[in-house]
Amino acid sequence: MNTFDNSTSGTSASTASRSEPEKVPKSATAGDLCGDHSGDPASEPILRIEGLSVALPAGADREYAVEELSYEVSPGEILCVVGESGSGKSMAANTVMGLLPKGVRPVAGRVMFEGEDVLTLDEKRHRALRGKKIGMIFQEPMTALNPLMRIGDQIAEVFEAHGELKGAERQARALELLKEVRLPQPERAIRAYPFELSGGQRQRVMIAMALALEPKLLIADEPTTALDVTTQAQILELIADLQRRHHMAVMFITHDFGVVAEIANRVCVMRHGRIVEIGRRDEVLDNPRHDYTRALIEAIPSDAAPPEREPMAPTPILEVRNLNRVFRSRGGLFKPSREVRALDDVSFTLSRGETIGIVGESGSGKSTLGRCVVRLERPDSGEILLGGEDLSALKGDALRRQRHRVQMVFQDPYASLNPRTRVGMAIAQGPIANGVPRDQALAKADELLELVGLGGSADRFPHEFSGGQRQRIGIARALALDPELIVADEAVSALDVSIQAQVLELLEDLKQRFSLSLLFITHDLRVAAQICDRIIVMQKGRIVEQGSAQEVFTRPQADYTRELLAAIPGRDKTTDDKTTDDKTSKEETSH
Amino acid sequence: MSFFARFAQNRGALVGLIILWAIILMAVLAPVLFPESPWRMVQRPFLPPLAQDGFWLGTDTMGRNVAAGLMHGAWVSLLIGLVSTAVALAIGVPLGAIAGYYGGLVDDALMRFTEFFQTIPNFALAIVLVAIMQPSVTSIVLAIAIVSWPPVARLVRAEFMSLRHREYVEAARLVGQTNTQIILRQILPNTLSPIIVLASLMVATAILLESALSFLGLGDPNVMSWGYMIGAARTVIRQAWWLSFFPGLAILLTVLALNLVGEGLDDALNPKLARER
Repeated sequence: MNTFDNSTSGTSASTASRSEPEKVPKSATAGDLCGDHSGDPASEPILRIEGLSVALPAGADREYAVEELSYEVSPGEILCVVGESGSGKSMAANTVMGLLPKGVRPVAGRVMFEGEDVLTLDEKRHRALRGKKIGMIFQEPMTALNPLMRIGDQIAEVFEAHGELKGAERQARALELLKEVRLPQPERAIRAYPFELSGGQRQRVMIAMALALEPKLLIADEPTTALDVTTQAQILELIADLQRRHHMAVMFITHDFGVVAEIANRVCVMRHGRIVEIGRRDEVLDNPRHDYTRALIEAIPSDAAPPEREPMAPTPILEVRNLNRVFRSRGGLFKPSREVRALDDVSFTLSRGETIGIVGESGSGKSTLGRCVVRLERPDSGEILLGGEDLSALKGDALRRQRHRVQMVFQDPYASLNPRTRVGMAIAQGPIANGVPRDQALAKADELLELVGLGGSADRFPHEFSGGQRQRIGIARALALDPELIVADEAVSALDVSIQAQVLELLEDLKQRFSLSLLFITHDLRVAAQICDRIIVMQKGRIVEQGSAQEVFTRPQADYTRELLAAIPGRDKTTDDKTTDDKTSKEETSH
Repeated sequence: MSFFARFAQNRGALVGLIILWAIILMAVLAPVLFPESPWRMVQRPFLPPLAQDGFWLGTDTMGRNVAAGLMHGAWVSLLIGLVSTAVALAIGVPLGAIAGYYGGLVDDALMRFTEFFQTIPNFALAIVLVAIMQPSVTSIVLAIAIVSWPPVARLVRAEFMSLRHREYVEAARLVGQTNTQIILRQILPNTLSPIIVLASLMVATAILLESALSFLGLGDPNVMSWGYMIGAARTVIRQAWWLSFFPGLAILLTVLALNLVGEGLDDALNPKLARER
């Protein structure tokens, strides 16, 4: 079905010869923020946003969600809108779609779509535009689909909503679309319910729905953020491919410069509701004009091979031997019970003062491993020796008395702090539970807050802090008990890159200062490479590779590790171009 | 925004609060305005409202002052509503918390026990209990509490089940807090808002239950209550409408006020909802 399309993927699209001429020399419009058109005069921009300002309701932290926003998207190009959380990057898209939350309204500017101002459309005409002319893909494919409806019916519903096609035709067209988005076994998938599909497959269904009526503009709002790297790479490739075949305009909203490098033709960097920089991808990435853009690009964990680190003096602090954990779902009347091997004979050793990164995709068992080590989960068999003592067999009070030795930093900075407990108390609770007098524990909490850069805020509640600050509080809480080992479960995944870098720095610093051992669980190889001495790669509950960070990066042994490394978005952009060749060759084979 | 400001944004809740205050005022002022027992016969029977000074609401079949009964009755109704709700919470919250937190067999056992109470119709059980224990304020309060704790246990259990896997609860387990500490300090404070809302609605139900029991003649024979007044007036409802109308109106307003206040509390305690308003 894509026989005519065996050119290179979006990565090198800008250099490949393409049917539509693009790019005007940048000097022509260098002074003009919204300029820098990439389309030729023949392809008029399909969406032109002119001086758009969107007001936030009174009492918000700033007056405008976006201010004097101007940019345009032409057919056949992918515009990436990049920014950190709160930068207003989704606002323009939501304005175009009429999806602004209550109380948030556009106050100035025009949003021209095919020569019509979207802001002045009434609800009926706006609805006709949505879906038919403009398609949209959301971040969370699980919640964007109706859990009680078959995939085929959900796609057919798009035609129904716009009164197109008849019953049987709708199903036939749905099947075609599923084939087009390369869903495996489309005949079966059309009868499936969303929960029967994986995250990546669900996102493909979402894309099929967005494409159903052949829209001229596709808006993708963080469509790959919730996906694993390998799945992300496939979805990005799919979007780039569909965009080329349908000659669509794509507005791609993301926080990840790696994704930008992978897919964009043009980039628009946003901060605090304003455009910081806009221009062709290579110009922005290679020589960013604005400090903020530069800072963002620098904050990306580089995937240049990590430096050789001195091997640790082999004083093992944690020994995990033959750990097994199987999850069984109780079968119902009509469904058989299912077994998932979350941990399959896992063994490794962690030395004092060492950091091990456990890397894997969702379902690889990496989190289960971490939860077994801190004993939130009980392994079925195997040993967890901490300083020679087996934690795996302990329970009740005996376990509770050992708990202070291993602490955890959790993933979600919003869920890991009790909303009704002041942060000082949240940190002091551990020592208090372990018999430290209250005053002393609270004084120590103050010190720890100072240590993580939040001095004097012990009396505040968690909701008064930002995500990064909360994660610092979580780290302070883990340190409060002077643990021998800290398990960090995706501790920085929920944070913006610039914040991520700061928190990683803090962890590294504290680790040195207290000679902590760290088990760092992450899905992101780049992050792991940044702070880990050794890396363990997990797949389906098994360890497929372990070795020093440098070895794993430069000479990966397992196929799966190679696959993971290749899937990192924008890898060839942030390192030297030497990896490009094997990447493209890999993609050609996967076509 | 302060808690009260959020509460006051719901106009209905504000009206409910005012009515509730008026009823409480009635209850408090009853012994001052009508120092005599409301059971005393003070005028000729069947005096219609506003027919004579000092008897704005008329007199009943035995010549007792309806206004005095109404005000003294407010005290009884509120007392029974509040105390029985408190008792029901005292039974339901710990049971639900334990069932939801520990799960498994403990949960199964406690929930079967709860269902045992839920399967018997509330009102029938209350009648049986009061009949066995002899009608008195204490026995009525107990009976109402016993029939109304299961929903509390259910609600608290559900809240605990969803909260016990939150990361902050796991973090508390990791730092070595005991189960009791986790239940009391980490989870319970976060279940308070739905409990408070449910409790305000339970007070209303309790008042209705008490009225219904008194109507059937199972009220405490020594205290005047709204339910008793309606019950006693039912035989003469066509001759003397006011005997059942005023206590009925009092019950209606009280229950309405409590429901409105409950709704307002729900809005005020649920920050997400409050923001959308």
